[in-house]
Amino acid sequence: MANIFAFAESRGGALRRVAFETVSAARALADASGGGEVHALLAGAAGVAALAAELGKYGADVVIVVEHAGLANTNVEALAATAAERIKSGGYRAAIFSASAQGRDLAPRVAAKLGVSMAGDVTTLELAGDALVVTHPAYAGKVIATLKLTGSPAIVTLRPGARAAVEAAREARVESAQPVSDPAASKLVVKEMVVGGGAKLDIGDAPVIVSGGRGLKSAENFKLVEDLAAAFGNAAVGATRAVTDDGWRPHSDQIGQTGRQVSPELYVALGISGAIQHVAGMRNSRTIVAINKDKDAPIFKVADYGIVGDVIEILPVLTAAVKEARSKG
Amino acid sequence: MKIAVCIKRVPDMETRFKIAASGTAVDEAGLKYDMSDFDGYAVETALQLNEKQGPGETVVISLGPDVVQEQLRKALSMGADRAVQLKADRVPTDGLSIAGALAAELKDGGYDLIFFGRQAVDSANATVGPMTAELLGLPCATAVSTLDIANGRGTARRDLEGAAEIVEFALPAVVTIDEGMPRARYPSLKGIMAAKKKPLEVKPAQLGAESLTLEKMELPPERAAGRIVGEGPGAVPELVRLLHTEAKVL
Repeated sequence: MANIFAFAESRGGALRRVAFETVSAARALADASGGGEVHALLAGAAGVAALAAELGKYGADVVIVVEHAGLANTNVEALAATAAERIKSGGYRAAIFSASAQGRDLAPRVAAKLGVSMAGDVTTLELAGDALVVTHPAYAGKVIATLKLTGSPAIVTLRPGARAAVEAAREARVESAQPVSDPAASKLVVKEMVVGGGAKLDIGDAPVIVSGGRGLKSAENFKLVEDLAAAFGNAAVGATRAVTDDGWRPHSDQIGQTGRQVSPELYVALGISGAIQHVAGMRNSRTIVAINKDKDAPIFKVADYGIVGDVIEILPVLTAAVKEARSKG
Repeated sequence: MKIAVCIKRVPDMETRFKIAASGTAVDEAGLKYDMSDFDGYAVETALQLNEKQGPGETVVISLGPDVVQEQLRKALSMGADRAVQLKADRVPTDGLSIAGALAAELKDGGYDLIFFGRQAVDSANATVGPMTAELLGLPCATAVSTLDIANGRGTARRDLEGAAEIVEFALPAVVTIDEGMPRARYPSLKGIMAAKKKPLEVKPAQLGAESLTLEKMELPPERAAGRIVGEGPGAVPELVRLLHTEAKVL
């Protein structure tokens, strides 16, 4: 029986999807160990406690709520001190953070505070005797590494989307706690949050990603890509490094080895040749569609379905056809 | 300013990797090496800061066997002032072990800024930078896409999923460099000649015990071969039909 810790990420007073993923992964580990408890840490400004019940739905037995005005935005130093203290006193077998921007910031600091190592960006995890065995895509996704964590507790960041959150409803007990270090004393603080375009889906959360490359020929032509995303209704827009380097799209839209790694249900590659740099970020998508004028483009080697042709000419036709298909349900 | 940049030697990711007979490493035969992409941006960022705000010193540090001197020399040829190799038979899998050795070297170095790449493009754990910051008791801005340094303070942008945050921090600090920051310059011939005379110090790496070990490496399953549905706009109806009936994603 092992108790497992999960960090429940929130932003602006709402839980992020990755919070359910870490809690759900912790639930699976605890169950596999013969029925331990899952303790989730939820931190934010006053009012964040109201979110605790949602974590119970995904298997949290206890939600440790840390409400503090200084935690309205991420305060990594105060969060790391608080999480480390709790993980230490709780005697957890493992602690799971998301490999999100926040989790990647936080987990290594927690691990170093506790004097244990950690595995980053894992896609599977299981207890094996005294160890935690994880898999992790490395070498731009071209190699799968199996790693063993023998420290206690075993700390990991879990790749967003690698493991679906599964409901395992229970009434979570809520414990209130205070930050272990004063957020106001942190040497690094968030001065401003820049929130992206309203209701637009993030590429990490979207079930469908439509992504454009140099074949779009100009920043203006990304309107055609956005139209296709709108036709799907549940799609986000991504881009290649060449496109973000040219300033056609922001760097945060870049999918690839040096950008984001995504695994949506459907990935539509538009005017993308399929350089390793890009494929490293999307090869784990469930279904891949490619449209490219060059029939020998490497993107067709990873695509399930391809159309050879001019993407500018094909896009409006595809957008109309997707709209029609969706209206029929 | 005195800036340290920690860099890692990594194979070229364009390679078609094979797994070595040991089953725990990639086959090194025929691999080409360079410093990790983000580490190159980090060296460039340090050089530009010191060029603009000079006088300063840029020190590059790499942990590993003697072959890492190749990447240290490259950084020197880009314009770094001196280099330190923390000598070890191999680069440990355990990030905390690496961070411990780096922190021991950096602790009394009097650095204003310590740069890392956001992550190494081979092992891709993204742990050593923030771990080193924690061991040194320094603030750490991770994965920054802009960076301004003025009056002993830093301001940086961190791209999050669907948002961004602007962080402010006091120096000395650790910063890990992401896309958005300048690409590594190509060394000039003059730079390459000058690099040969720049100091490269070799010290033993003070590595701690490892609690993260590599058990196995394997190639991911190949994607099943796809098919070309057709050519031009005329192929769209068939594509949409397949997405609906076969892939069931529409």
